[in-house]
Amino acid sequence: MNERPLRVVIAKAGLDGHDRGAKVIARALRDAGMEVIYTGLFQAPEQIVQTAVQEDADGIGLSILSGAHMTLFPLVVEQLKAQDAGDIVFFGGGTIPPEDAKRLKELGVREIFTPGAPLQTIVDFVTRECGKRRTPAA
Amino acid sequence: MTDDALLRDFEMHKPRALARAISCAESGRGGDIVRALYSKTGRAVTIGLTGPPGVGKSTLASALVRKARGLGKSVGVISVDPSSPFSHGALLGDRIRLVEHFTDEAVFIRSMASRGHLGGLAGATADAVSLMDAFGFDVILIETVGVGQSEIAIAELAQTTVVALQPGSGDSIQVLKAGIMEIADVFVVNKADHPMANQLRREIRSAMEMLQWDGWVPELVATQALAGEGIEQLWAAIERHMAYLNETGEIEGRRRDAFVHQVRQLAMGRIERRLDRVLESESSTGIDPYAAAERVISKLGL
Repeated sequence: MNERPLRVVIAKAGLDGHDRGAKVIARALRDAGMEVIYTGLFQAPEQIVQTAVQEDADGIGLSILSGAHMTLFPLVVEQLKAQDAGDIVFFGGGTIPPEDAKRLKELGVREIFTPGAPLQTIVDFVTRECGKRRTPAA
Repeated sequence: MTDDALLRDFEMHKPRALARAISCAESGRGGDIVRALYSKTGRAVTIGLTGPPGVGKSTLASALVRKARGLGKSVGVISVDPSSPFSHGALLGDRIRLVEHFTDEAVFIRSMASRGHLGGLAGATADAVSLMDAFGFDVILIETVGVGQSEIAIAELAQTTVVALQPGSGDSIQVLKAGIMEIADVFVVNKADHPMANQLRREIRSAMEMLQWDGWVPELVATQALAGEGIEQLWAAIERHMAYLNETGEIEGRRRDAFVHQVRQLAMGRIERRLDRVLESESSTGIDPYAAAERVISKLGL
């Protein structure tokens, strides 16, 4: 069988120019054999979800270091529903306090990684969760 | 999702269905879908964009999309980036330059990883073109991997091939090296504000003078893609080439080239997979490579 690599969109949203973290994650996922689509900075939630739909991505990783996570994460969740793409694994990372992370996970963000999270943990999470999404349907 | 459901969604014009269909083609399962939709293809204009890394292919693509949208045309963009030969992963970043078109529903952008294919395209790029064509896009832009001296596959697949070059990166010998001169229908000197831009234009002209041109003579356009300068002229040159193809009937030859390219990709893909299986079982002791190759060929029944 001709196995297709997992495809993941790594995104930066809103007025947040700190992309080192996003680039480090993008590289780690690439080195784990995934096809990573990087959106660049200053994306609107609608653009991020549109990208994931067109690229047939298995997952979206959103990095936010601006403090606007309680606004932007829910907007992406909303857009995923609006574009009938709720099955895409949505996860994120950034400087996000534990109580906010808890709330975001209740809203439908699959996982939140904070500074200090080992790269391997993130790679394992994406491999497992996006892999699960592949098995039933495709 | 079953193929039937996918086809239904595709015909209802859902972008997600197009995205999924391209994924199927990428994983070698596109046969039924492409076959079912093939009768709807043949309408789109296909433009190839190639050139060395950093020349501004994605920026030119974005400017051309803007121009086409201004004319009311819908556009599909396929951007091919290299896969890592080690991890097989890829970092696909061409979208960054196309950001202004992300939420335009008449623009569909797909990044493809080359997945080990040489020549600047991915194995399933031709299938992706067929699918975008069947979906109804007026213009399909295909941006190759940035390499510069070998991506001739694009000339087979696209009706008009644009070769972008930039000033200050090597002398005329680079331009003369096999392949690039012969595949261009339109040359672009991007970053035309560079002090060496005029020199590059002269070098391209003099390189062109050394070749025999039969029919279409490639046009040369200077652009500053980032500022949108020269894009009108580039679009006009592409349109003149398209008109030339249609008037002379050469368009049929181009369509046949694209068809042959697609068939070769599909056939090679299957042969390579079988070859890999046969090679795994070959022993390397007590046999010379020529004899082993003969044995492999006969095992493949070729």
